[in-house]
Amino acid sequence: MRLMQNTNINFVGMRKGAYVISGILILAAIIGLAVRGLNWSIDFTSGVAAKVDLKALDTSVAPIQIDELRTVLKNNGFPEAEIQHVGIVDDATFMIKIKSAESKDEVSGDTKTAIIEIIKTNFPKHIEGRDMNRDVIEEIYEVGPKVGGELRTDAILAVVISLILMIIYIWFRFELTFGLMAIAALAHDVIIIIGVFALTGKEITIQIIAALLTIVGYSINDTIVIFDRVREDLKIRRKDPVEQVFNYSINETLSRTVITSGTTLITALALYFFGGTVLHDFALAISLGVIIGTYSSIFVASNLVVDLTHATHKEKQAMQHLTKRK
Amino acid sequence: MKKFSWRGLSIIIFICVTAFYLAPLAIPNLPEWWAKNKLKLGLDLKGGMQILLEVDTSELSVADARGAVDQNIKIIRERIDQFGVAEPSIQKLGENRIMVQLPGVSDYQAAENLIKQTAMLEFKIVAQPEEAKRVLDTIDANINANLSFFPALEALDKQDKAILADTLASADSLGNPAGSGVFSSLIRPGEMDYEVQWDNVDIIQQLLADSLFQRAVPAGWQISLDRANTETTRADRALHVLSSAVELSGADLSKAKVEYGSSTSTDPRIANKPYISIEMKREGARKFEQVTADNVGKRLAIVLDGIVYSAPNIQERIAGGRAQITGRFTSSEANELAIVLNTGNLIAPITPASTSIIGATLGADSIRSGSTAGIIGLVIVMFFMLIYYKVGGLVSDFALVFNVGFILAMLTAFGATLTLPGIAGIILTIGMAVDANVLVFERIREELDAGKTPRSACDAGYKRATITVWDANVTTLIAAIVLYQFGTGPIRGFAVTLAIGIIGSMFCALVFVRSIFDTFIITGTKKTLSI
Repeated sequence: MRLMQNTNINFVGMRKGAYVISGILILAAIIGLAVRGLNWSIDFTSGVAAKVDLKALDTSVAPIQIDELRTVLKNNGFPEAEIQHVGIVDDATFMIKIKSAESKDEVSGDTKTAIIEIIKTNFPKHIEGRDMNRDVIEEIYEVGPKVGGELRTDAILAVVISLILMIIYIWFRFELTFGLMAIAALAHDVIIIIGVFALTGKEITIQIIAALLTIVGYSINDTIVIFDRVREDLKIRRKDPVEQVFNYSINETLSRTVITSGTTLITALALYFFGGTVLHDFALAISLGVIIGTYSSIFVASNLVVDLTHATHKEKQAMQHLTKRK
Repeated sequence: MKKFSWRGLSIIIFICVTAFYLAPLAIPNLPEWWAKNKLKLGLDLKGGMQILLEVDTSELSVADARGAVDQNIKIIRERIDQFGVAEPSIQKLGENRIMVQLPGVSDYQAAENLIKQTAMLEFKIVAQPEEAKRVLDTIDANINANLSFFPALEALDKQDKAILADTLASADSLGNPAGSGVFSSLIRPGEMDYEVQWDNVDIIQQLLADSLFQRAVPAGWQISLDRANTETTRADRALHVLSSAVELSGADLSKAKVEYGSSTSTDPRIANKPYISIEMKREGARKFEQVTADNVGKRLAIVLDGIVYSAPNIQERIAGGRAQITGRFTSSEANELAIVLNTGNLIAPITPASTSIIGATLGADSIRSGSTAGIIGLVIVMFFMLIYYKVGGLVSDFALVFNVGFILAMLTAFGATLTLPGIAGIILTIGMAVDANVLVFERIREELDAGKTPRSACDAGYKRATITVWDANVTTLIAAIVLYQFGTGPIRGFAVTLAIGIIGSMFCALVFVRSIFDTFIITGTKKTLSI
């Protein structure tokens, strides 16, 4: 069985259109970032997050409504608590988040104890017969402001450092133009995904940062496979114009690009649909990343190299320039 | 016979190592030395708590500060060991942080208290009534002379005077105050020493913590409250005047343990309740004997962290160096306190910088849904590879399953823990691991299309694709390493699985699959290759 056999799609010719699409996506992402900003999770800001399962064992007890919980917390000194349903409504599992304001220095170490006490006293019927620490509280995090701030700096640093290391590696293995353009394509992927998170208001958790770094590693992988082929084809097809060589290389590697993206996407989607709520956003980021990363490897990275060599050199020099190593 | 090959040897080692470390997961009755190499689950899968502690060394000298974190770790480890947690992990993180992980602990409040708790044990003589009266009078006089330093008392004083002026009544409204000064008007004589009405407890506590107030207390004496009643906030508390000389301290202690008073005991503080019995070192016992001999008829206060736990009467000289700490303990409180007394105090104060608690239920759910997602992903990818590459796909499917086993085996071998993001890493690896094989297979197909024989197409395909496989995987490896450096806990687990997965998949594609091709599929002069 074969897919994409002997294709001859003029990818380089489509670059103007691709630039327009990418431009719109990046613009939307930047506007999203500027207008809505990022919703950093308490890992990065500090505060308390608790996931509680308030489904009563006794089925005759009416399930707690989200507003009920909100009112109770409000009346007990936590008016700023954010409450969300986790999973289906009937499960009565809630995520309660109390972020400490930027200006405030400390989240009281007792906040988590206080929340548990409030639940214990206000919803005795719903927790009856179950162990509070084992079954009712699914998880609780409390992050102090110092750690949160440091983590945010570390996360941004981690993404930037990995990008720089990759430029260096590609520069060493290929050529600086390739390295820079590969990173431009990567930055394109990362910005668009962050933009999606900004626009949808989804939280940036530590897991999302891990997803972003995985996407960086994955997307560069695709780009490198194409560049590798370009390097090889430039040596074989010395007489052909640069555009044609690039087109040829992209088409040759197309079936591989599609298959690998496909299998990775399948596993990411399996994680999204069956991996449970904890990994939901992580799987979403990876799935988006695979799609955008594949698109940018085919339509953005190589086309940027073509345009840049045209802009800086004459055609023939460009050929020598690209083939000077190995 | 074929000649010896390094490739064959490496495959045999690879298989043996993987089988060795995976066996404990599958076979229940292995010998102890083997079974202990079992894959560890992270807190997020098993449930438990994790606390990041920040050690404050600012009060210590540079030399002391250096060892303080390690000393603290040692003490915390002892406490946790006595508390009884299986497989705790206590690590130093950076310069002055300690990461404590306690898998399976569900009573996290007790655990947190245990780690944070200090216990400065002191034995002090309680002032005789006339001495206490004199101390309180002096405090009143000192405060009156400097009333502007105590804004809370100043306000109270004005109120009192207003009431007095209004009603001309005596200070009956406050019960029967211990004295006429503004401080002693807050307390009244009690059954034993003095008492503070519950609504005045806050102001007294603030005063006791105030260094200006401490200067108003005459030298050689101190004021201490007794232990708060944990059941209600509306309880009055006793207040004691103590001699500030420390007769005995925690350093004189050799052992503390929790005991339960018999139900027939006549002492209501002990009957049916847990208390802590302490044994003193030889030197401490001698001191204790001396102190009790010198102070017969007086009372000896047992003070923990500045709070009086009990103040029994000394009826006679006590030899043998045994004493009891009583005080309305719950059994878990008594337990924690005994542990803290036994392990000694932390060298430098610690504050929790972040805490996370994961319930066992969520952990079990995560394992279940993670495995479901993994198996579904694996089956679809394997099915696809089989259809698309036929025999080649079958071989790579074989390698894929092997690769998943390899990741688990290596995690076990390095003593790493499997976390939820780690499971996600394995699942993603399933998708990405076929890449190396896809690259090679596509290349072989191209070579076959160009008219080469299976053998030479295979050789050329591998030769050309190898460089690409390396280039593509090294970059992912870079991302994994950066992630490892940046992350803690679960994220590190993800980075480790990702990195092992990359190495494993490269080995599987370039060595394992190739060997199978060379040995079994391209044999003799076969003209076709199912790929």
